[in-house]
Amino acid sequence: MIWDALSLQLGYNATLVTLGATLLGMAAGVGGTFLFLRKRALVSDAISHATLPGVALAFMGMVALGGDGRNLIGLLTGAALSAAAGLLLVSWLSNRTRLAEDAAIGSVLSVFFGLGIVLLTVIQTMSAGRQAGLEDFLLGSTAGMLRNDALVIAVAAALTLALVLLLRRPLTLASFDPEYGTAIGQNVPRTDLAMMGLVLAVTVVGLKIVGLILIVALLIIPPVTARFWSERTDHVVLISGALGGIAAYVGAALSAAQPNLPTGPIIVLVGFALFALSLLLAPQRGALSALLRHRRYQRRVHLRQGLLALAHGQPIYEQLTLRLLRAEGYALPDGVPTKTGRGRAAKALRDETRWQLIRRDPAYEVAAQQYDGLTPIETVLTADQIRDIDSRIDMRGKGGA
Amino acid sequence: MTLELASSKETVTARADSPFAVRGLTVSYGQKPAVFSVDMTVEPGKMTAIIGPNGAGKSTLLKAALGILTPLAGTVTVYGKPVEEQRHRIAYVPQRASVDWDFPTRVIDVVLMGLYPQLGLLGRVRPVHRARANDCLARVGMEDFATRQIGQLSGGQQQRVFLARALAQGADLYLLDEPFAGVDAATEKAIIAVLKSLRDAGKTVVAVHHDLSTVAEYFDNVFLINTHRVAEGSVAEVFQANHLQDAYGGRLAGAQMDALRLS
Repeated sequence: MIWDALSLQLGYNATLVTLGATLLGMAAGVGGTFLFLRKRALVSDAISHATLPGVALAFMGMVALGGDGRNLIGLLTGAALSAAAGLLLVSWLSNRTRLAEDAAIGSVLSVFFGLGIVLLTVIQTMSAGRQAGLEDFLLGSTAGMLRNDALVIAVAAALTLALVLLLRRPLTLASFDPEYGTAIGQNVPRTDLAMMGLVLAVTVVGLKIVGLILIVALLIIPPVTARFWSERTDHVVLISGALGGIAAYVGAALSAAQPNLPTGPIIVLVGFALFALSLLLAPQRGALSALLRHRRYQRRVHLRQGLLALAHGQPIYEQLTLRLLRAEGYALPDGVPTKTGRGRAAKALRDETRWQLIRRDPAYEVAAQQYDGLTPIETVLTADQIRDIDSRIDMRGKGGA
Repeated sequence: MTLELASSKETVTARADSPFAVRGLTVSYGQKPAVFSVDMTVEPGKMTAIIGPNGAGKSTLLKAALGILTPLAGTVTVYGKPVEEQRHRIAYVPQRASVDWDFPTRVIDVVLMGLYPQLGLLGRVRPVHRARANDCLARVGMEDFATRQIGQLSGGQQQRVFLARALAQGADLYLLDEPFAGVDAATEKAIIAVLKSLRDAGKTVVAVHHDLSTVAEYFDNVFLINTHRVAEGSVAEVFQANHLQDAYGGRLAGAQMDALRLS
C-alpha cells in the first residue's frame, strides 16, 4: 500500500494531490530560503496562525450567502486576507512601537489563533453548512480532497516557484546586504514586501495539505537543511527546493495510503529526518566532520608540543602526547626520543625559531599572519626566504655567544 | 555688491558640477539630530575624507544621502541631478560589519552583485561578466580567493572584496564608509593604491575616515563634521589645529595635535 502510494499508483486523485503537494514543498523550500537568509523565518509563523480567523469567517460568510461553505478558493481568500492583516500588524508593531519583532510576532500569532479557535467553536454550533473538514486546516489532510482543490494548489505553487526564480537577484541582495542594495538603486522595502507576499502565498496554498500549525516547518526546515550542504546561495535555494519537494511528496503519499494519518506532521517528520541526516553527515558543516576536524587538529597540536618538548629535553606528562609520539615512531614507551624523533624535534624547534623571527620583521608581515604554531614554514615562504632567515638566525647565535 | 553676486554664482556652478552635493541634510534618531542641516560640495576628481569624532554623523551623512536612512530634510545631487536618477554612477562600499559573513556566498558571487543593475532580473551571467569580476578582484589582490566562501576571509580581505564589488559597477563616484577600519597594513596599502588610481583616472572618491594620522598622506580634501559642518576644503586649508579643535573639542589631546605635526 505504501509502495503503491510512493509510486503514484493509488489512482488519479491521489496522484494529483501528491504532485500538488510536491510542487508546494518545492515552492516553500525555495521561498523559505530567502526568509531564512533574511533572518525573518519566524514571521511566517505569525502569518500562518493569522490565517485561521480568515478561514472561519470565510466559511461563515459563504454559509450566510447560502452555500455549504466548503469552496476552497473562498476559504483560501479569507485566509489570505486575515494573514495579510496579521502581517501588517506585525510590521506596524515592530516599526512604529518600541515592541521588538519577536514580541510583535508572539502577540499577533496568539491573538489571531485564539480568535480563530473561538470562531471555529461558534461554527460547530451552527446547524447550517458542512463544517466537517474545517479542522483539517489545523494539521492538514489530503483525505477527501477534490481534484479541483489539488489543481488550485498545484497551479498556485508553480506560480510562486516561478516568481521566486524571477526575483532571485533582488532577494539575494536584500538578504545579504540591504544597504548596498539600496545604494545601487534597488527598492529593498518592495523586495521585502514581495518576499512576504511569497511566504503568504505558500502558507495559504499549503493550508489544506500541511495545516497552519506546521506550515512554518516546510518554510524553515528545508533551507536550514540545505545550508549544511552548500556555501552558495543559488545552490542552497535549489537544494532547499528539492528537499521541500521530497518531504512533501513522501508525506502526502503516505497520508494518501493511510488516510488516518494527518499529512502535515508526516511531512514535517520526513523533513526532520533529512535535517538530522544532514546535521550529522554534511561534509563541511556537519557535526561528525566538525568532530573529526577537531580531533585531527588536537592531534597535530599534541604532536607538535611533544616534539618541542623532546627538543628541549623536557619530560612529557600527557598520555595522549606520548601515545601519538610513540605511534609515529618518534619516541620509545618511556618517553626517550628515537633517532627519527630527535630529527623531527630539531626540525620543529628550528621552524619555531624561524617563525618567531619573521613575526618580528615587518617585511614578512603577510606571511607571519599565517602563524598558528603548526603550519610548516616551507608552505608559506620560499626556499630563498628561508635561507635568508636561517643566515640571520646564525648571525644572531654568533652575536649572542 | 557685484562681487558678492559673482561669488555666489560661482558656488552655484560648482554645486551643479559637483559629483556629490548635499544641501541642508538633517537626520535624526528619535528627537536628537545626528546630522543637522549639513551642506557639502565635493570637488570632482579628488579624494575627500569625511572626518570627525565618534558619533559625529560621518556614516549617517553618507547613508542618508544614499537613501539607506530616511533624512528629515535636505537634498542630494550627484553630477547636478537628483541622486535617484544617478544610481548607476555611484559605487558604495558599506562598513564591513554591516553584513553577516556566514552568508552562503563566494567571493566571486559578491563581486558579481556589483553587476546586478546591468544584468537585470533575468540576464545571464556570461563569461564577459565573470572576467570583469575576476579583473576587479585582481585589482585588489584577491584573484586567488574567487571561489572561497566569504566567511573564510580575514577582515582586510573582506574589505577588499567589498571594494572589488564597487569597482565592478564601473561608477564615477565612489562612496566608502570606514574602508580602513580594522584592516591589516597590507590591505590598507592595497586599498589606498586602488583609490588613488581611481582618482588619477578622473573619478571622485569620498571616504569616511577615522585615522587623523593618515589624512594628509591619503587625501586631497577634508570635510570636517560634528553633527554640524565644521569646515570643508583642501587638506592644507582645513586640516588645521583650530578646525580640528572645533570638531573634536577637548577629545583631541594636545599631544595628539602635536603628533599630527600641525603648523
